[in-house]
Amino acid sequence: MRRTLPLHAIAWIVGAFILVPVLYAVLGGFKSTGQLSTNPFGLPDPWQTGNYTEVLGAGSFWRQLWNSTFIAVTTTVIVVLLSAMAAFVFARFAFRGREVLFTVFTMGLMFPFAVAILPIFVLLRTLGLLDNPLGVILTQAAFGLPLTIIILRGFFRGIPGEVEEAAIIDGCSPFGFFWRILLPMARPALATVSVLAIVGSWNNFMLPVVVFSDELSWTLPLGVQQFQGQYASDTARILAYLVLAMLPALGFYALAERHLVGGLTAGATKG
Amino acid sequence: MTTLTRGPEAPARPALRRADPRRRRIRVTVALFVLPALVLFLLLVVAPIVVAFYASAFKWNGFGGLPTNFVGLDNFTRLLGSDLFHQDLRNLVLLVVFSLVVQLPFSLAVAMLLNQRIRGRAVYRLVFFAPYVLSEVITGVLFSLILSPGSGLANHLLGFVGLESSWLSAPDTVMYSLFLVMTWKYFGFHMMIYLAGRQGIPNELIEAAQIDGGTSWKVFRHVTLPLLGPTIRISVFLSVIYTIQLFDLVWILTEGGPSHASETMAVTMMEFGFGRNQVGYASAISVVMFVLSFIFALFYQRFVMRRDLEGASTRMGDHR
Repeated sequence: MRRTLPLHAIAWIVGAFILVPVLYAVLGGFKSTGQLSTNPFGLPDPWQTGNYTEVLGAGSFWRQLWNSTFIAVTTTVIVVLLSAMAAFVFARFAFRGREVLFTVFTMGLMFPFAVAILPIFVLLRTLGLLDNPLGVILTQAAFGLPLTIIILRGFFRGIPGEVEEAAIIDGCSPFGFFWRILLPMARPALATVSVLAIVGSWNNFMLPVVVFSDELSWTLPLGVQQFQGQYASDTARILAYLVLAMLPALGFYALAERHLVGGLTAGATKG
Repeated sequence: MTTLTRGPEAPARPALRRADPRRRRIRVTVALFVLPALVLFLLLVVAPIVVAFYASAFKWNGFGGLPTNFVGLDNFTRLLGSDLFHQDLRNLVLLVVFSLVVQLPFSLAVAMLLNQRIRGRAVYRLVFFAPYVLSEVITGVLFSLILSPGSGLANHLLGFVGLESSWLSAPDTVMYSLFLVMTWKYFGFHMMIYLAGRQGIPNELIEAAQIDGGTSWKVFRHVTLPLLGPTIRISVFLSVIYTIQLFDLVWILTEGGPSHASETMAVTMMEFGFGRNQVGYASAISVVMFVLSFIFALFYQRFVMRRDLEGASTRMGDHR
């Protein structure tokens, strides 16, 4: 223990660097803004729950939570399903042009999203998909394809050919093999890419901010930004909103940490 | 792993040649499985990038079908001569240098720390990585309040030692403040990559060096660090590519201000594209961003990561 004491001290300092801003937000939400400037460090005195309850009582927070959830889940279903299908044939069929096609997808990793945002905006406007969740969902799914396909193809390749041959002998069609055998076997990889897609969609700002002008379509990041603008001087209230907006992401992180970290490190090294 | 699959080098299975109907069925299957992804990808990734290149040669407000007012390379000459763009480049270089000199070594040090057998390291790891999961907007708003020059937490804290700063609201401190926030949010990500890389190094190698009498610094410097080379090169790569397209954090924290001091290329592009409807000019900026990323990626993979791409050491992280 004595040997590791300095190490713990350093870890605590780094931990404080991370945690103090978050604790400030959590406690600040329980203060009034006046209290926040006279008593920035201490515990709230008295504890005021008004900031939190007012945010929770307003419909906009819940609507943004729902929009974020809906967009994240739909994006994930689309990108994982389409990627799994493509990765399946890339991994297990020999056909002419396969490597070229696969390379086209992997090149997608090199396209920064910001490069495409203007044409995408014009395209979505032409298609009438502005202020439509589908505009954000389809675009996010399209940009999620490269990494998802790469990770899934790697995993599908690792499943022994004997499994497929046995299934075919038993009368399985390629689709039957894909749907009933490959996908269930690939559950860990599917979980990893799903977690990546959910987090990416949940935190996305650049796309929704140009696509959604109608308040009813806003996701949580847009809501947070707007809330700050609206209550600029009421710091405590903004902190309460921030904390509540953080909770779903942190809760999800606590549940899915293993998949998230595994996916990111795998994605980082393969991308 | 590849021995179990039909790679491109594997001979086509006899079954593929036996009968034509079977081959056709395979072609149909392939098409049905790839087409949905391909269509989506071509429509929303490839086409927009092509259009961005095309539009960069026009004066265009983004309305009325495809642009018609061809101006050749005028957008690029205007861009290369603009002070704002020079500011973008200076900020890019500054952030990249800071990341390489401060943020990544810091992440590496923390990763080495958490690689020791200390109690509670799983909790430390969980906490250090947590900011990466928060959205840029939440991070940005939180820090804009903390770094607020009037009543922010940072100045309350530093007030004890008389070191109050104007943080994000003065041109000469804004970039440091931005970098501080970036470090808060992203060092955990790099730490995780380094940890995964460190776990891919057999402990025997490190132990052998220790037995041979190396001090911990020498072992780190001459054994661990070189073996971590591929991992470090990847994290440098990701950091640079990310910095080239940096937008969300800057937009929330400063909108590029004060007086464009913290502006990045993506911010300039969004201002001209959406704020002033100069879509052609903004497309030229996005093309420059693309070309910078592309050249960097090519150069980096050709000269820096070359040895890593076929090495066994890139296996790290592939622990599924």
